[in-house]
Amino acid sequence: MKGLLSIAVAVAALAAVPLVVHSNVVFNFLAATLVIALAGQGWNILGGYGGQYSFGHAAFFGTGAFMNAILQVQYDVNAWISFAVGIAAGAIVGAIIGGLAFRAGLRSSYFALVTLAFAEVLRILASIAPITGAGVGLLVKLDLRVQSFQFHSRAAFYFVILALVALALVIARFLERSRFGTWLIAVRENEDAAMALGVDTFAIKLAAMVLSATITAAAGCFYVQYFLFIDSGIAYGTWISIEALLTPIIGGVGSVFGALVGALAVKSLGEGAKLVTGDVPGLDLMIYGAVLILVIRFAPRGIVGAFADTRERVARRFIAGTSVREAIRG
Amino acid sequence: MVEPLLSVERVSCRFGGLLAVNAASLSARTAEITALIGPNGAGKTTLFAIISGFLKPTAGRVRYGGQDVTGEAPHRLARRGIVRTFQIVQPFAGLSVRDNILVGAHLRNRTRAGALAIAEDVGREVGLGDILGRPAHALTVAGRKRLELARALATDPRLLLLDEVLAGLNPSEIRDILPVIRALCTRGIAVVMIEHVMQAVMSLAERVFVLAEGRIIAEGTPVEVTTDPAVMEAYLGQGAAAKVRSTDVNQTAP
Repeated sequence: MKGLLSIAVAVAALAAVPLVVHSNVVFNFLAATLVIALAGQGWNILGGYGGQYSFGHAAFFGTGAFMNAILQVQYDVNAWISFAVGIAAGAIVGAIIGGLAFRAGLRSSYFALVTLAFAEVLRILASIAPITGAGVGLLVKLDLRVQSFQFHSRAAFYFVILALVALALVIARFLERSRFGTWLIAVRENEDAAMALGVDTFAIKLAAMVLSATITAAAGCFYVQYFLFIDSGIAYGTWISIEALLTPIIGGVGSVFGALVGALAVKSLGEGAKLVTGDVPGLDLMIYGAVLILVIRFAPRGIVGAFADTRERVARRFIAGTSVREAIRG
Repeated sequence: MVEPLLSVERVSCRFGGLLAVNAASLSARTAEITALIGPNGAGKTTLFAIISGFLKPTAGRVRYGGQDVTGEAPHRLARRGIVRTFQIVQPFAGLSVRDNILVGAHLRNRTRAGALAIAEDVGREVGLGDILGRPAHALTVAGRKRLELARALATDPRLLLLDEVLAGLNPSEIRDILPVIRALCTRGIAVVMIEHVMQAVMSLAERVFVLAEGRIIAEGTPVEVTTDPAVMEAYLGQGAAAKVRSTDVNQTAP
């Protein structure tokens, strides 16, 4: 299948990095980038394919992260199990928020505001509830054993997050070729027309929300496993909501590689700027803003879209060129 | 006599102080084209929206295939076989013509291959076969109307509600699309069409219902309704029927 081949190539290229580089700084950077790529891919399912722009994907990231951390820290649950439960908890929160928002018929900016509000409510609750460590946060015990889902080598962690990202890419590809995906895109393009053609728009949007929340929650679970610390500001903060929507929009909204490309581009720029100027607080956000403006102005379909357009234009010029030459020759 | 596929029974729809549809009754039979005509603002599109589930009537009921389907959601009705087109065309603008039709074709085909095959067939049937790969936003008005029809047709409907599919087309485009519509009823579809182009109504429809100010004021064959005095008055104003009759008398007088 041609569509899966491109994913295999991209993932293989990323998997080859540990063969060349052994620096933990690079692994930390790549792991953090892939966490954002995964969270962004979750957003991309609902926002990119479904056209439902959520401003509150922190609700799912944070729920995954906290559920994973709470079960390990407060209840001594095995890390693999708590990881899975964290993902499931994110899916449930997605079903609840999606069910309420879509049942109420909220669209576009109203939907965005309500998701933002849910994430903020969760953040405030997490910052006062004792079970989440309230203002202090939760520290997961360092225990570098596979059965605790912790690894000696940063490379092993990197492979785990890469596998999760690969899975999310494959999900997006299958989505594009399934009835569910076709109907989801139809909802994005014109909800009333979709309804008239027999699409249960509520069920489709809800299913997309749950899938989206599941993927983003997995990113949250991994975050805890990797950094072994979580607090309400990280888990439910607006930073993750913004990065989850920024990366696919910059990379290419509603495309398989959008979130991955966007995350790599944005994070490289952010880190690059830090190297040049030193650690100025808020600098990365300023860069994101600037990049976002440039992308929306010059490449509304993101980096992936701009690349496809250019390739098409070159191909067309090539075809036009050959036909002119043939005409001259003929 | 067999019960008609669709019977709308004394349906009313009120928006605040405005009674848009007032105890209107209408029926449509399989393999027949039924036209719904009437002056602008008569409530034709509202009546379509009620039949297809986009609006709930404030009174009356809609029976379809022997069952009461009043107030059911549009997607459920589409699954039962009731599909509408929109007067203001609603293409999935960002998608290709093929993918637009694919959305409809998926209703009764789970697999992509099966649905794509249907989409190609239907596309060719309505005359979009050569431009299946083109983006929907690049189509002409006539192309968009055909696309609207193709998408609805791809769902394999039993009752097709066409809301002014001929509006905005030039005479030659209308001539091209008429056989497509006529072919629908030979496939066993019950077609109800809202139409202002009387030439098309006269040549296509077996039965015509006339809606004016929310009421059905006449029904019958195209010839019957166009000579009905109440219909003339609804379109041309009070006293029009008498005037027309007197001109007829003057013309036939020696």
